[in-house]
Amino acid sequence: MSSTTLGASSAHRTQPPLLVAGPLAWMRANLFNSWLSTAVTLALIYILARAGIGFVDWAFINAVWSVPISAQGVIDPTDCRNIKGVGACWAVIGDKWRFILFGRYPFDEQWRAGVCIALFIALFVVSAMRRFWRKELALIWIGTLFVIGVLMWGGVLGMNFVPHDTWGGLPMTLILATFGLALAFPLAVFVALGRRATTLPAVRYLCIVYIELVRGVPLISVLFMASVMFPLFMPVGLNPDKLLRAQLGIILFGAAYLAEVIRGGLQALPKGQYEAADALGLTYWQKMRLIILPQALRMVIPPMVNNFIGSFKDTSLVLIIGIFDLLTAAKVALAEPAWQGYSTEVYLVLAVIYFIFCYSMSRYSRGLEAEFGRSVRR
Amino acid sequence: MSGATTDPRMNPARRPPSRGIELSWSDPRLRAVVWQVVIVGGIAALIWYLVANTMNNLQVRRIATGFGFLDRVAGIPIGEHSIEYDPAIHSYGRAIWIGVLNTMKVSVVGIVLSTILGTLIGIARLSKNWLVSRLAAVYVETIRDIPLLLQLFFWYAVAQGLPAPRQSLHPVEGVFLSNRGIKVPLLQWQDAHSWALAAFVLGWIGTISWARMATRRQEATGIRPRVWPAGLALMIAFPVLVWAALGAPFTLEMPVLRGFNFVGGLTVSPEYGALTVGLVLYTASYTAEIVRSGILSVATGQWEAAGALGLRQSWVMRLIVLPQALRVIIPPMTSTYLSLAKNSSLAVAIGYQDVVSIINTILNQTGQAVEGIAMIMLVYLTISLSISLFMNWYNARIALVER
Repeated sequence: MSSTTLGASSAHRTQPPLLVAGPLAWMRANLFNSWLSTAVTLALIYILARAGIGFVDWAFINAVWSVPISAQGVIDPTDCRNIKGVGACWAVIGDKWRFILFGRYPFDEQWRAGVCIALFIALFVVSAMRRFWRKELALIWIGTLFVIGVLMWGGVLGMNFVPHDTWGGLPMTLILATFGLALAFPLAVFVALGRRATTLPAVRYLCIVYIELVRGVPLISVLFMASVMFPLFMPVGLNPDKLLRAQLGIILFGAAYLAEVIRGGLQALPKGQYEAADALGLTYWQKMRLIILPQALRMVIPPMVNNFIGSFKDTSLVLIIGIFDLLTAAKVALAEPAWQGYSTEVYLVLAVIYFIFCYSMSRYSRGLEAEFGRSVRR
Repeated sequence: MSGATTDPRMNPARRPPSRGIELSWSDPRLRAVVWQVVIVGGIAALIWYLVANTMNNLQVRRIATGFGFLDRVAGIPIGEHSIEYDPAIHSYGRAIWIGVLNTMKVSVVGIVLSTILGTLIGIARLSKNWLVSRLAAVYVETIRDIPLLLQLFFWYAVAQGLPAPRQSLHPVEGVFLSNRGIKVPLLQWQDAHSWALAAFVLGWIGTISWARMATRRQEATGIRPRVWPAGLALMIAFPVLVWAALGAPFTLEMPVLRGFNFVGGLTVSPEYGALTVGLVLYTASYTAEIVRSGILSVATGQWEAAGALGLRQSWVMRLIVLPQALRVIIPPMTSTYLSLAKNSSLAVAIGYQDVVSIINTILNQTGQAVEGIAMIMLVYLTISLSISLFMNWYNARIALVER
């Protein structure tokens, strides 16, 4: 009996109704669910098609990819002038990409800055891998940042010395963000611990005042403070470098936000962990180092990544105090008479660069969050 | 055993010793005191050192101290001022006050618009229409991952890329878009309008009390009197009647091209426009995520239960889901508003004269950096505190009242 049934069913295999499963059914459920939904879908398709065609026309079909350069190195942007508003002038990128990426770093030495970008990216990738989440990671960070410093400055191993006021572009953005994080992190840990030190009320209030004061004011005011007030703080005659001051401002600003993130982790840890550590007779620092911080910090890695995305974007503000980061380099490139008025193209490329960095980090952080959530729920 | 009934703690000889601070490193309280003295003393010494250096530096550079400069004539031209201002007459203090007003103008408009746009996008991300939800998601992901400053530059370039006043875009009668900003007609304000506005406020209060009455009636009888006809009559018809009774004056001041620029009408400057558009679009992407997660945080059972009660779809949202979602939404929304207010300081990069920009100019003129930075911080701390207080009050109002 069973064999006949099987045979019969294979002979009369029927397709499922068209509107129950498959792409048509999906479209009906998700795009043309009701008359309103249908109208919205059609209107959006129309708008998207118009915008898409317009963009392709502008960015590819009508675009100018290069302009003639005379033997003296004078650029002739007439072609770009003629298609302004109709097509993109990618020639500005072709001419200026190295300046935008590396700033005023000596042209022949720019491979060093390029290697630094690669090192930074490698550092981020290594830090993202869970198998490297050990104490050695701190050594990897210190080592890589040291190598980056050597490469950027040079002066050893046959590399020419490059003073840091000629650094610029993407390496500068990465330096400000990464050194900012690396140095803000230990400070943030201490401030977060200080804010939770109930037995030390004076220290606790000091930490609260620091955190709330910094979080209450915009980064620009901190950067202004670093650039105009900091020289006043120093003994007469001693004037610390502009980049150093900006970096210090970023560190102090970032540490306040990072401290709040870390405090979240410290609070989320069950009280039993603290009590168990006390019961073992550990001292305060042993308790923190061996029991509390390893768990609390692990818990706040996703928000810490989000925090890092924020400070990566925020480094662009150093433009206002005249530090030569990626955005400043682009602005300077646009100030050149030949390329004035082609800001859209340059901004678009910058947006893509920033987007690639931030989006990959935020994807990573979300994946991590989901993974952590799963292990907690289990 | 005789000791079985005696609690050892009752024995005076075995009581723990009285807990005064002992001069021993093993006493945690002594350690706490010593640590605090060391840390606070260290920081106080550092601050004292910095202040001493600063005083010394100020003397060497012959920079005045104190807030005396606030009364001096400013001499800074300010393009946009909501109160009367003439650089040749008015003081630094007034210039700073104009900066504060400009900051508030951007922040308040930005907060309102970004909340509306963000809520719409947040709801769009939850739409059943795949295309709508994908587009909203792409918007949120893209805008969040590009620095605000870059976006502001982009919008400012767009505003400056508009044609000159003579060739200005003219989409609707009386509206002109040019590189001098957006020109719109301005209503010539007359007494009748003030009275109509007063009538509107009265009608608004009346509607609220009517709604309260309706709630009481509903609680007593189970039948809710209609609110919207009363609201319509009080808030729309009443002011219109007042306005009509006073002769219904309605004159628009049209912007007119004269020479190389426009005369009359209301101007939205390119700087203000670019800053507002940039801030709203950027902040809306954060607001959208907050709204989305707030609505998602309401358990599905709540939707189903409301449906089972036979509530209409719009009522489910308004009466069941939104009040519960708001509790999740408000706290992160507060910090988004705070960051919008702080981000408005990026105005300095595109030349909109907000408080940071004006104080920065003053600071370069007078060299009084300490006072300038202190004032910037004071202004922002006040704004932050006001927003926090308002949002905390609102949060307490909508909080779940538990036993």
